[in-house]
Amino acid sequence: MELEKYKLGGTHLKSSDFEKGKVLTTAWQPNLAYTWDNGVAIGRYLDELKNGRIIARVCHECHRIMLPPRMFCELCFRPTDEWMYVQDTGVVSTFSVARVNWDASRRGPKEPPLLPAVIEIDGATKGMGILHMLGEVDPDDIKAGMKVRAVWKKSEDRTGAITDILYFKPLRAAASKKAPARRKR
Amino acid sequence: MIKRVAIVGIGTTGFRPITPDVSYRELIFEAARKAYTDAGIEPSEIGGFITAAEDFLEGYSICDEYCPDQIGAVLKPTQTIPGDFIQALATGYMMIMTGAFKTVAIEAHSKASNVKNIDELMGFAFDPVYNRPLRETPHAIAGLEMTRYMFETCTSAEQCARVVVKNKGNAMRNPYAAFGADIAEKDVLNSDPISLPLHRLDIAPHADGAVVAVLADGETALALSETPIWIEGLGWCTDTPTLEMRDWGEAAYARLAAEMAYKMAGIANPAGMIDFAEINDEYSFKELQHMEALKLCRPGEAGHLLESGATSYAGDIPINVSGGALGVGHLFEASGAHKILELVEQLRGEAGARQIPDVNIGLAQVWRGVPTATGAVAILSNM
Ligand SMILES: [Zn+2]
Repeated sequence: MELEKYKLGGTHLKSSDFEKGKVLTTAWQPNLAYTWDNGVAIGRYLDELKNGRIIARVCHECHRIMLPPRMFCELCFRPTDEWMYVQDTGVVSTFSVARVNWDASRRGPKEPPLLPAVIEIDGATKGMGILHMLGEVDPDDIKAGMKVRAVWKKSEDRTGAITDILYFKPLRAAASKKAPARRKR
Repeated sequence: MIKRVAIVGIGTTGFRPITPDVSYRELIFEAARKAYTDAGIEPSEIGGFITAAEDFLEGYSICDEYCPDQIGAVLKPTQTIPGDFIQALATGYMMIMTGAFKTVAIEAHSKASNVKNIDELMGFAFDPVYNRPLRETPHAIAGLEMTRYMFETCTSAEQCARVVVKNKGNAMRNPYAAFGADIAEKDVLNSDPISLPLHRLDIAPHADGAVVAVLADGETALALSETPIWIEGLGWCTDTPTLEMRDWGEAAYARLAAEMAYKMAGIANPAGMIDFAEINDEYSFKELQHMEALKLCRPGEAGHLLESGATSYAGDIPINVSGGALGVGHLFEASGAHKILELVEQLRGEAGARQIPDVNIGLAQVWRGVPTATGAVAILSNM
């Protein structure tokens, strides 16, 4: 390294110096806990996920079918008007291929990448839907505009959470798996 | 012409110990929709938005990002002040004074019921080197202040208890209040000892709720409202956080914030000019200590003024006719919002069963609670 030929003055600190308490610091582990009230919109949304269905809310002024549902329209600034079930299929709006976990730790060599995607859900207004994960798909095969379908947990395992959907898979997953030639870039 | 700023609309959900039926977004939307309807303005026409909120209370990092939807501020100039509503009010006032904004909406809310270990959260505000390792209850800070305040001013525990009796009684006339009660001084003095001389009933319990207010410059205010409520004075200040060096008897932060607000409003004789006041009573003795800091009476006189009935609903200078934090509930960053709400309703003559007759100038004062030494003051008038 070019820089190594320059001798720096002072005392170098290593992370082990901190770990061994050679550098004086003050540490504190906070113990905070919250239970947020779901309220009407989130409450019904999660209830319906437990039922294996996706529900949206309609504003009669701007005619948007909003997903996730909300009890007020943030643009018209009025209460929304009715519930509407939407499909559990949709179109990938955008996606990423994550080689690290949520805490920035690197995924092992045998672990497949995580595939977060924003899915515009069929039946909701364009541009609205669910941020979830893709599965049963080769990362190289994912494209914006790809049709996908929710893969649900078994009904007895659902708890009323966004994770009641395991992931979204390509509508023709079986076909694409059998596809002989994988497209390479 | 001297430029003025007025409150032209206000809306609230009222205040309840718990609000399990609505999310914080749904709670805030109700207050915002009422405020904009009250002001006769749609949020699309409002220039800027301010929320008074604090990440640890919300349980979200960067909670400002979660503010726009429920106040109608999507893709509009929006910011969050991690302080009391009255500090946000001061920011809104300054935004309008720049001339860049004709209208600004200000929001504050409490979902205190959603924080499962509030004492731990309050304790997390303590200095981690000097104070936190001692593991004292946050209320001990108030107990220490109360002891010194009582010692310096010869105020009695009975007088402090009487604040609770008055304010919980006032709250029974206030449909927004969560903790109205008909109690006696002995009930306060016999309630659970917390950090003596503080008892359980000396401490304001927490409540949930939201308030939104709309500010406008003078010209816009007169076009929008038949009863604009003018902001005459604002002040705020913070004492050293070092508990070891603080003045424990006097609320210097309140005295200096008030001096700043009185100077701006041109008020030389507060006790003669202020018709009524909503002041911080998060702990019973705080109402008395703050009255003295605000120069509504001299040091040591607040307890006697209270006993004379002068600060009661029908007295010469009603203090906390809404019920204060003891009667309405402690609302964290929305504490000032509730006080401004009360001032606006009183000054408009819309306060119903608790309306004080012939009021023109009201004062609202907040303190950000233990272990802080931050205070803010607002003076409003209907003239
Ligand atoms: Zn709409």
